[in-house]
Amino acid sequence: MKILKLIFKNTLRHKLRTVLTIFGISIAVIAFGILRTVVTAWYSSVSAASANRLIVRQSVSFIFPLPYSYLEKITQVPGVKDVTFANWFGGTYIDKNNFFARLAVNADNYFDVYKEFVVPKDQLETFKKERNSCVIGSDIAKKYNIKLGDVMTLDGDIYPGRWEFVVRGIYQPKFKSTDAMQMFFHWSYLDETMKKEMPGRAGDVGWYVVLINDPLQSASISDQIDALFKNSSAETKTETEAAFQQGFIQSSSAIITSMNFISFVIIGIIMLVLGNTMIMSARERTREYAVLKTLGFSGKHLAGIILGESLLISILGGGVGLLFTYPIIKGFSQFIPKGIFPVFEIEPITVVLACSSAIIIGIVASLFPIQRALSTKIVDGIRFTG
Amino acid sequence: MSGIIQVKNVSKSYWRDSIETSVLHDISLDIKEGEFTALMGPSGSGKTTLLNLISGIDKPSKGEIIINGADISKLSESALAKWRSTNIGFVFQFYNLIPVLTAFENVELPILLTKLSKAERKQHVETALNIVGLNDRMDHYPKQLSGGQEQRVAIARAIVTDPVILVADEPTGDLDKHSADEILLLMERLNKEFNKTIVMVTHDPHAASKAHVIRHLEKGDLIQETV
Repeated sequence: MKILKLIFKNTLRHKLRTVLTIFGISIAVIAFGILRTVVTAWYSSVSAASANRLIVRQSVSFIFPLPYSYLEKITQVPGVKDVTFANWFGGTYIDKNNFFARLAVNADNYFDVYKEFVVPKDQLETFKKERNSCVIGSDIAKKYNIKLGDVMTLDGDIYPGRWEFVVRGIYQPKFKSTDAMQMFFHWSYLDETMKKEMPGRAGDVGWYVVLINDPLQSASISDQIDALFKNSSAETKTETEAAFQQGFIQSSSAIITSMNFISFVIIGIIMLVLGNTMIMSARERTREYAVLKTLGFSGKHLAGIILGESLLISILGGGVGLLFTYPIIKGFSQFIPKGIFPVFEIEPITVVLACSSAIIIGIVASLFPIQRALSTKIVDGIRFTG
Repeated sequence: MSGIIQVKNVSKSYWRDSIETSVLHDISLDIKEGEFTALMGPSGSGKTTLLNLISGIDKPSKGEIIINGADISKLSESALAKWRSTNIGFVFQFYNLIPVLTAFENVELPILLTKLSKAERKQHVETALNIVGLNDRMDHYPKQLSGGQEQRVAIARAIVTDPVILVADEPTGDLDKHSADEILLLMERLNKEFNKTIVMVTHDPHAASKAHVIRHLEKGDLIQETV
């Protein structure tokens, strides 16, 4: 406690240098925070995945459909509680830049399987009854100012034509990580149109979603489902929802890995910035450290003074950086389309990483100056002229 | 009667780039308690090295240094640091005050390591600054003081722990004549009134004339003792 004042005064000895170092650390922490937030946002769909849901898709590729007739066979597999399905519709809503997922789903039970999409009971009942109705996420409603009863028109691309849907439900996300930027409508409505206009594409299902009783049984249930359709024209690949989401992310894995790597390179840069400052400070004070030693200060005291100064700067830099990261991330989230990252905010793990990095950097940056201060003999230190 | 400082057959060599340089050769001397000693000699004669050995900031290559009955040449670095904090007061040629600390805080530094309470530390610091005549400048930073005043603060820092021995390396070397005289007067007072044993390295015959004993060194040998 007694040497805290000395640590504080030493820190402010070269105010401009200290402020610039703190500023440099803050900038690096902000960059670290943004990169980590992007990485965690990227993985948020995986972390939001339910453990008791399996996805059944075409084994060759996700883009190839499965026959509707698989539904009944999958439902009969032991351990399966419920089965629903969906098709990726694609299309454009007003403008190509308006990106959000549009899915044709089994209206009867889709929201029973996905309980995180909370649709008011009366709205859900109305939706189920009207074949050209849809349910949208609250973020879509908010962003495009859509109310119940409004008509949403989509220009189809995978399924050509103009498609009109009456909004009969607006769901609220149950969890923070739940995507509130999705649109769901009746698969049967899509299928009926296909039967009329493109009969070859009727009866196609994009993927099945299997709700199981026991997540521990997921591997054996997956094997049983895939075995049902082995050697058929449309073999299946069944996996957990998390693995399915992970598969999507894999395609961007090089970018994410680079971001991860860069975020830790930034930590290295901070270490060099602070290390440089501390080495300069310790070098300038070689004589003072020698004087303190003559006055009876031990190596432990000197180490405490240098470490304290290094920690003070790194923690201040880290703190200021984190403080500014929050509004910056909030600002970023306004410009990032909601459909891309359902959750774009600083995760606790990012804060923990930034704080612990600041502390570790403070310690590491002080090691060389401490070693130098302790190993310099008093007589050499007193003669030191810089 | 043995002196408070006993230097027995001390030699000191330094190694620089694998070349051994002998600085002191088999020096022996006794300094009595309350004695004011001046070490004189040309540059490179070994007087500062001898002062460093006596004050425990360097160790002899050979021989013993016994201060107040304790052989300090055998103490570990940490024990020596503790010993210095209670037994030795240092006065340097260039004052060596910490620029970011006030006069009060600079003087307080050595006693920060003691168990004294804040009030007791304040009392000690004020007493030391009063002795050197700077109790009206205790909130001044070193850059706000003259050279003579800085050296007086350094002397206050040296005496604040009430050490038995004061060592001074060219304490007037960086001062004008008036300030130098003030410092010498102060050192004489510390010696006479407070019975401090003083060992002072100096080139200046006028400064040395204030000492009881002048010891001359040349090329690492003690060649003459003038009382």
